[in-house]
Amino acid sequence: MELFDLTIHELHDRLKKKEVSAVEATRAMLARIEATDGRVNAFITVTPEEALAAAAEADQRIARGEMDILTGIPVALKDIFLTRGVRTTCASKILANFIPPYDATSWLRLKERGAVLVGKLNQDEFAMGSSSESSAFGPTRNPWNLECIPGGSSGGSAAAIAARQATATLGTDTGGSIRQPAAHCGCVGLKPTYGRVSRYGVIAYASSLDQVGPVTRDVRDAAIMLGAVAGHDPLDSTSVDRPVPDYTKSLTNDVKGLKIGLPSEYFIEGLDPDVQQAMDRAIETYRGLGAEFVDISLPHTDYAVACYYLIATAEASSNLARYDGVRFGHRVSDPTGLMDMYCRSRAEGFGSEVKRRIMLGTYALSSGYYDAYYLKAQKVRTLIMGDFLKAFETVDVILTPVTPTPAFRIGEKVGDPLQMYLSDIFTIPTNLAGTCGISVPAGLSRDGRPIGLQLVGRPFGEEEIIRAAHAFEQATTWHQQKAPL
Amino acid sequence: MKITRQQVENVAVLARLELSAAETETFTGQMDAILAYVDKLNELDTTGIVPTSHAVPMENAFRADEVRPSIGVENALANAPGRMEEFFRVPKVIE
Repeated sequence: MELFDLTIHELHDRLKKKEVSAVEATRAMLARIEATDGRVNAFITVTPEEALAAAAEADQRIARGEMDILTGIPVALKDIFLTRGVRTTCASKILANFIPPYDATSWLRLKERGAVLVGKLNQDEFAMGSSSESSAFGPTRNPWNLECIPGGSSGGSAAAIAARQATATLGTDTGGSIRQPAAHCGCVGLKPTYGRVSRYGVIAYASSLDQVGPVTRDVRDAAIMLGAVAGHDPLDSTSVDRPVPDYTKSLTNDVKGLKIGLPSEYFIEGLDPDVQQAMDRAIETYRGLGAEFVDISLPHTDYAVACYYLIATAEASSNLARYDGVRFGHRVSDPTGLMDMYCRSRAEGFGSEVKRRIMLGTYALSSGYYDAYYLKAQKVRTLIMGDFLKAFETVDVILTPVTPTPAFRIGEKVGDPLQMYLSDIFTIPTNLAGTCGISVPAGLSRDGRPIGLQLVGRPFGEEEIIRAAHAFEQATTWHQQKAPL
Repeated sequence: MKITRQQVENVAVLARLELSAAETETFTGQMDAILAYVDKLNELDTTGIVPTSHAVPMENAFRADEVRPSIGVENALANAPGRMEEFFRVPKVIE
């Protein structure tokens, strides 16, 4: 085991016993990034100087006996999190030179505990995508198969874990953007309930759906990271004021009597046979652990993608109005007037997927179409939420595949946005319902691409999905498999 | 057709996006396909259904009205593409 292979809790034990210093761990991680990122492109920005300074500080903290579980742990953040003094691009040309004047709350909470930032991670531009191909900084590649996408939009967050370039990362999930890349890269990805983690300082895509969460090597690390970032923040009025439990207490390895729902709408024809087989095996594993299965229905599942692409694009068109070349971001070099400056700065700064979504959202919100599209979608959202609330009257968690297929090839879906959108079919409903979900490694396809299992929980039911995910993980060896890189 | 080239051009003005002729062409076709797909929402009767704008029910979130330090003028202007004294500088607005 190299230092870069370790989980948070394993590295913490070594740091605590003074077998290794935070500076040594950070150096090992930076060397690993140097050695592998030419092939993976998980990072937009690597921050060696800042990282080594923070690691030296962490070592002093450890020497003083003021150690936290995250002290000296090398982490990396999706480039959507504002990091004071460190360039933050959201993978867009329009923010290519943006240096934030403040920190995102979630990053601040990690930093205060002594976590060490090694760099900022690649993603789809403005988190709009399922493959990390829409980045202005080039696509990220899947460490398990460099011809394949790592998933998206938090593709860098998952690829960096699979390539062992960071001990833990943060991503954001608006329609599956944590869980889907975690599944494609064989890591654990947790999307918390809407409101569980502050969105302050996270560049907004679709504000009623965006949520921050961890991507990690195992479920224990996800529990540690969630506990560190969760909680009310006066700077985000949609963050919910309720106590944060110690999520590591849910790692009981006991799912006896747990009622797991299997929604018929998620086990469809056209599901990849290797994915289907992994799900069948997972169900057997849980049965062996004493969990009970209940057949359920989430009848409005088939409408979720349509609903999502109206709500998310409408919110995006409004959120991205701020990129106008006035206060920050790209401005065209020779504006002839204010309107010209807006239109051409945005034309030059945004990539085509971002433009497409702004156009769709602007259309859905425009006079004469608002009721037919945006309002209709918000009503369907109510029905989708209702499906979940009804299901949770009889089950504790819901088990589904994360994606219909393992990672597809780079370039395969670029020309057909609708096919790309449909790859998020199993993750989008959770965001619309505002509830929580976790992706856990559950197998490999015949040609060695990772497959993920999704567990969806009640609103603020993170403890239950962590418990269920952990028990599965401990009963299997998939999380110990390493990408051949 | 769910959307015409002319409508796409109008939406681009509303969105403050200058599109090339090729982009307008591509977006018209792609938006048409996406809008045809989202039409499936009309299969559902949503009479009497209350729209959801946020998943977590929430009233107004108030906090104490206290004076606190802000990021300051220099920080706020640090990323400005154009500045003059303590202001953002933009092209002439009124002719």
